[in-house]
Amino acid sequence: MNDFGAMDELYRDFILDHYRNPRNAGTLTDPDATFEDNNPLCGDKIRMDLRVEDGKVTEVKFAGRGCAISMASASLLTEQIKGMPLTEIAKIGKDEVLANVGISISAARLKCALLGIKVLKQALAMKYEPSPEEEAFPDGRPS
Amino acid sequence: MSAIAGPAAQPLTETDVARIRAEFPILKERPHGKPLVFLDSAASSQKPIQVIDAMDDYYRRYHANIHRGVYHISELATEAYEEARRKVARFIGAPSASECIYVRNATEALNLVAYSWGRQNVRKGDAIVLTEMEHHSNLVPWQILAQHTGASLRFVRVDDDGLLDLSNLDALLDGAALFAFTAVSNTLGTINDVATLTARARAAGAVSVVDACQAVPRMPVDVQAWGCDFAAFSAHKMLGPTGVGILWGRRELLDAMPPFLSGGGMINVVGLESSTYAGVPARFEAGTPAIAEAVGLGAAVDYLEAIGMARIHEYELRLTEYALSRLAQMPAVTVYGPSLAHRTGVVSMTVGDIHAHDLATILDSEGVCVRAGHHCNQPLMEKLGVAATARASFYLYNTPAEVDALVRAIDKAKSVFKIK
Repeated sequence: MNDFGAMDELYRDFILDHYRNPRNAGTLTDPDATFEDNNPLCGDKIRMDLRVEDGKVTEVKFAGRGCAISMASASLLTEQIKGMPLTEIAKIGKDEVLANVGISISAARLKCALLGIKVLKQALAMKYEPSPEEEAFPDGRPS
Repeated sequence: MSAIAGPAAQPLTETDVARIRAEFPILKERPHGKPLVFLDSAASSQKPIQVIDAMDDYYRRYHANIHRGVYHISELATEAYEEARRKVARFIGAPSASECIYVRNATEALNLVAYSWGRQNVRKGDAIVLTEMEHHSNLVPWQILAQHTGASLRFVRVDDDGLLDLSNLDALLDGAALFAFTAVSNTLGTINDVATLTARARAAGAVSVVDACQAVPRMPVDVQAWGCDFAAFSAHKMLGPTGVGILWGRRELLDAMPPFLSGGGMINVVGLESSTYAGVPARFEAGTPAIAEAVGLGAAVDYLEAIGMARIHEYELRLTEYALSRLAQMPAVTVYGPSLAHRTGVVSMTVGDIHAHDLATILDSEGVCVRAGHHCNQPLMEKLGVAATARASFYLYNTPAEVDALVRAIDKAKSVFKIK
């Protein structure tokens, strides 16, 4: 079950690659939308900056620190949403994010995988009308 | 009573530890099909059968509310609850059992001092002195007290070796109402010289509060030798159950303190408009307490005393020395905290660029339980320049073979992350 194979499956090469070489790393000057949040359980922290033109994300950068799962998940997300209309971003749900990371994540690590999408949605919600079909994402429990 | 009793001078042997392990039912568990290697006792220890049985026996034979009933089983329950208090008092060298107040955990104990003693005695302009190595439970209550009273917070620095920098302690304590510090760091394993710190506090006219959470489970503690005014600890870190802890306080301080929580059990005479309060400790034990848990704590004290705290401490140091020597041979591993001369069985580490959370996930796949994160110690983590560490902590039931299992699991993590 949870032997070497399972760990190699969780930490596949593309996850390690995104962890060590995060795409779209950095910040934007005068972003149209920005948000930073952390997972108080483990201290993971992600900030996401977005440039939005004509209802589309034209530029995105993220900065932060965290585990391989949270960093890779956020990195993958930035690749996915570049050029995407906000209406499409609103449809990205939990299952899609987990599928992108390519793993079924144990409950203990769910918050890691979902921190990036949570920050993205909050950045957009503060600036743009959230769509009613949007999914709520879990909050970390402070310790 | 455990069968492992022996004089302090006689170190625990492999056979002793094997017999101790046999008394902890959970150690037979096999998470992911691997033997359970439990290296997270600094967060919460496992429980011997004697503690589990004592609580079970209470519920089966003599559960009743205490200090209320005149009937037989209520008297039995009251006596067991008070007997456990006497055991705790003896265990920590308290002059009187009535100075040992049952609370939910050390966090509640520290809040009790902050709210009850603090709001009565701390004034605007006073200083509250803490250290940079405090657990959030010995930091946040004082932040709230400072915000409420207008007192200021001052911090004893932690140096690069993980020790308290005492070079400016007298200046920090000048004008201080209170000095709160931990006896043992839950993150670095640093053992602080409590008696020296309390003496300096006393000389400056400050009341001293000791977070004894990591000390009471793993070394001989004598609150009178420490010379502190308050000490707080939780049962669940010292083989006892969750849900009960102890605030020890100096009698004259406790006598002068107002209630913290109020209600039944802590009163003397109650009128519609006002009431008078019971003496110590009842004044601070409002409501039906955790009776079974107190009984369990008493059984945990019996268990630890039978083995002997000096022997437990010595054994833990031996395990720590072995772990540090094994980890020192791994170039990818960075260990935080002071040298063995100043530390106990708490070892925080990072491995290459593997985040502590990922490391803990991979160790778990080998049955090895470690804590990953900031250990409720965010400011200290900032200081170490890491977001999180993985922390292995050892206790009397751990073995050198389990240290080897930890090392093998770290090797696996390096392999998964493709680190040399």
